[in-house]
Amino acid sequence: MRTIRHIATLFKKDLLLEVRQQYSFYGILLYIASTVFVLFLAVEEPESKVWNGLFWVIQLFICINAVAKSFLQESRGRMLYFYSIASPASFVLAKLLFNSLLMLIMSLLSLALFALFLGNPMVKAGAFIGLVLLGGWSLSLIFTFLAAIAARAQQNAAIMAVLGFPIIVPQLLLLMKISNAAFNPVLVIHSADLLLLAALDILVIMLAVILFPFLWKE
Amino acid sequence: MILCESTLPEEHWHIFKLAHWLISYKGILCLIAAPPYFCKSMVTNKNYMYKSWWKILTIVLLLFTLIAGLFIKIPDLPALEETSRNLFFHVGMWMSMMTLFTISVVHSIKYLRTFDLKYDIYARQYATSGILFGILGYATGAIWMSYTWADPNNPLFQSFSALAREPKLIGAAIALLIYFAYLVLRDSITDMDKRARIGAVYNIFAYAMLFPAIWIVPRLLPSLHPGQAGNPAMNFKDVSPEMRLVEWPAFIGWSLLGVWITTLKIRISLLKEKKLAE
Repeated sequence: MRTIRHIATLFKKDLLLEVRQQYSFYGILLYIASTVFVLFLAVEEPESKVWNGLFWVIQLFICINAVAKSFLQESRGRMLYFYSIASPASFVLAKLLFNSLLMLIMSLLSLALFALFLGNPMVKAGAFIGLVLLGGWSLSLIFTFLAAIAARAQQNAAIMAVLGFPIIVPQLLLLMKISNAAFNPVLVIHSADLLLLAALDILVIMLAVILFPFLWKE
Repeated sequence: MILCESTLPEEHWHIFKLAHWLISYKGILCLIAAPPYFCKSMVTNKNYMYKSWWKILTIVLLLFTLIAGLFIKIPDLPALEETSRNLFFHVGMWMSMMTLFTISVVHSIKYLRTFDLKYDIYARQYATSGILFGILGYATGAIWMSYTWADPNNPLFQSFSALAREPKLIGAAIALLIYFAYLVLRDSITDMDKRARIGAVYNIFAYAMLFPAIWIVPRLLPSLHPGQAGNPAMNFKDVSPEMRLVEWPAFIGWSLLGVWITTLKIRISLLKEKKLAE
């Protein structure tokens, strides 16, 4: 019970920080808008396979940018304070929760912009929106943990991309396969794939909770 | 069971009996269980690094692989023919790579439990050797490929990208990229203890994500490799008993060679550390 209260408090703290210092939020929004606009200028209205690939690659970069700030903005003194009052499991779960929320909002926004500018090949719209939320959540989980690692390593956000790309490949492949099924009225989305994605996410959460205490000790 | 086309004299019958046991299920199980057990117990106790019995075993196994591998009778398959002999060398590289990465992760876990810096040195050196064997695996695969899939005189595919979508190649590429990133991460941190801790955490995380990756990717992409969907040639379940006789010693031999190379590198690193400490 105490852990849940700790998680709720830490989550509220992150939320309040975002609401008050809105520059990072607007920064990511601007990043999404600029990227989609550049894509629109480069490729007018791509066919569904290209649209799919571009969408997920942009999601990847948005995720890296959105999540990188979560650990980097905490100063050492504050981290020490959190270390003394909360357990590492609650800290990392609160961060995962907050980044998931952030990424869900960003995914929906980028989907809206993509559909607006680059044409709308979605056949099964509801399924695809659900898939976008699931995909954004999966990406945010992995990159949150990698941001925790990168924050300890000279605070370099570029290294997060290097660390993350090999690990994200199976999830991206799964997401692209399910998205292709969502675009094609003939193909059917297998629930086994969705369950596999969810299982991978749970694996990441468990690993994060187990391994974060080692990063926590400073 | 005939090794060469000629028959062997009667006094060598006990060798046949031993070989016959080896290819039975008990034998194969013992051989599968042996490498991880030997490798782990070998390098947990530092004294094992200095022993020579397993190094002689390595040489014997690899010589056996080389000679028997080239003389043994192989099943006659349409596309592969004599090139199936590469099984002992190419797949041996991948086995060795996975063994070395596994030992690296074990040492990372041990580091996080004891915070003894020597395990960090072990983990790093095993990762480096694993990368080396991975690159060799790609090289042997490319050589094999140039005789079968991508024969320059008889091209089966239009472009390289059609070949590169092969799931085993992608799985191996993910593994290599992860460990390259591991080395980059280690080099970006200057403090020794921090480097060891963060390196160990990434090693464990990435390895735990590697296994689902290797399991999932083949299900998502059509495959060129023998035995998978889309290729009527050799299936790994169809490997003949004669080939199994050479296959398992080959895998163990290559793994032991990898461990031997790594222990030498570890010994050099430890000597360097001792010199710096003085």
